[in-house]
Amino acid sequence: MKLIIAIIKPFKLEEVRSALTDLGLQGMTVTEVKGYGRQKGHTEIYRGAEYAVNFLPKIKIEIVVPSAQVDKALEAIEHAAKTGQIGDGKIFVSPIEHTVRIRTGESDDNAL
Amino acid sequence: MKFNHLKRLAATASAATAVSILTALPAFAQEAAAEAPKLDTGDTAWMLTSTALVLMMTVPGLACFYAGMVRKKNVLSVMMKVFATCCLMTIMWMVVGYSLAFTDGGGWNAYVGGFDKLFLAGLGKESMTGTIPESLFMTFQMTFAIITPALIVGSVVDRMKFSTLLVFMAVWVVVVYAPVTHWVWGGGFLADDGVLDFAGGTVVHINAGIAGLVAAIVIGRRKGYGQENMAPSNLTLTVIGAALLWVGWFGFNAGSAVAANESAGMAMAVTQIATAAAALTWMFSEWLVHGKPSVLGIASGAIAGLVAITPASGYVDPKGALIIGLAAGIGCYIFSTGIKRALGYDDSLDVFGVHGVGGIIGALLTGVFAVEAIGGTAGLLEGNFAQVPIQVWGIMATVVLSGLATFVILMVLKVVMGLRVSEAQEQQGLDLALHDESLH
Repeated sequence: MKLIIAIIKPFKLEEVRSALTDLGLQGMTVTEVKGYGRQKGHTEIYRGAEYAVNFLPKIKIEIVVPSAQVDKALEAIEHAAKTGQIGDGKIFVSPIEHTVRIRTGESDDNAL
Repeated sequence: MKFNHLKRLAATASAATAVSILTALPAFAQEAAAEAPKLDTGDTAWMLTSTALVLMMTVPGLACFYAGMVRKKNVLSVMMKVFATCCLMTIMWMVVGYSLAFTDGGGWNAYVGGFDKLFLAGLGKESMTGTIPESLFMTFQMTFAIITPALIVGSVVDRMKFSTLLVFMAVWVVVVYAPVTHWVWGGGFLADDGVLDFAGGTVVHINAGIAGLVAAIVIGRRKGYGQENMAPSNLTLTVIGAALLWVGWFGFNAGSAVAANESAGMAMAVTQIATAAAALTWMFSEWLVHGKPSVLGIASGAIAGLVAITPASGYVDPKGALIIGLAAGIGCYIFSTGIKRALGYDDSLDVFGVHGVGGIIGALLTGVFAVEAIGGTAGLLEGNFAQVPIQVWGIMATVVLSGLATFVILMVLKVVMGLRVSEAQEQQGLDLALHDESLH
């Protein structure tokens, strides 16, 4: 099993969710985060006081998938989240040791 | 000898005259009683409404206007400061403020009233002030005594101790607000000198503006001012507050006619015109300088216009109001942005920039644009060159008392109670640090 963490532009969430569901992947966790990389922030002005806002809102998707499906999942996310503009995001993959479905007690691939 | 005789003759003649007058007096008295103002239901109904409108200006108007402009961790603390000030000033006004402002101070009457109406002694159901019940007049004036100190909160947000603020307010309303009110509306020297201030340009706005400036300087800048992001947390709230202030201000200005009459009507008209002019002017100024208009800007401009037209509202015509609005829009914009940052003080919510500067602009321009046919006194444009200097005198007197007294009160409180929260508390945010509450 692998944990896929994808940081994407917020408006792309629905597209990515849809693409992953089409692959048969049922669950995911989504967090609202802030971040920056090569995409710069913006400036806000309030009564002449300028504030540089360096962090931009992003969405973090965490999804654990069976190892066999990792490549397909990565492809789906990349395709759905891409705009071609700076700030599209990044995807990280790491190994998962053990998974449990709380309601039934099923584990590992049966829990996904 | 001859003079003594003449004196006796004169005395007899006077006595005879006096007797005949005295016997005729009952008839005169009846006529006089008929002349004395009776309760006018139109005036009373309007003033009841005005009182409610002006209270609305503070809660929720000012509370929302200010709270929306601070960071999320301090929003509740600002609401608390404004709301509590409202409650405390109510009691202080009832106990001693009204008496000091609106009674005869005997030998001191030029500067302050007396204690005749302590705890509103003698104010009964039948007591009258002109054509309205005195209970109503007292409450109307109370709403002014509420909003003036509440305005000062804007200068010290994010860092002033709540406990110290309460003590400061209680003292300030007695030592600064009541006397200045007496000077202008309670039979004091500024009125005698001919200062024109219809609804409180000096009494409320310059007063609060100067006090705010002094407070901002004495308490010091917020930690991180100039570096940390202190962007407003909720401008929706601020705009709602500004709108409530605008609507409520009709009670403030038109209500200062203390009557439902043509003076109130014209005051309402010029208030609306000046406010809109100032809002647009601030907006366009910002558009020019920064390239984009902002919602905080247009809302701030509206308030600036409302402030500036306040002293003028019973004396100027629509054309004058237009210019006053324009001047306030530009003047307050420049002061609240460029000049404030250049001078380096942290008048956090621009109490001086909007209320102080706006009040000064309005007070001066009242002397320029006053129309005799409207308010009984002519201004510069009608050839009365004496009025502007009189206005300057009124401004200076207010600035001196407000500035000095505020400074002294704060310095004493600094020693006795401390003005400022600790750095850790300021970092955490006053909502949690002072009130154990937070927005989720």
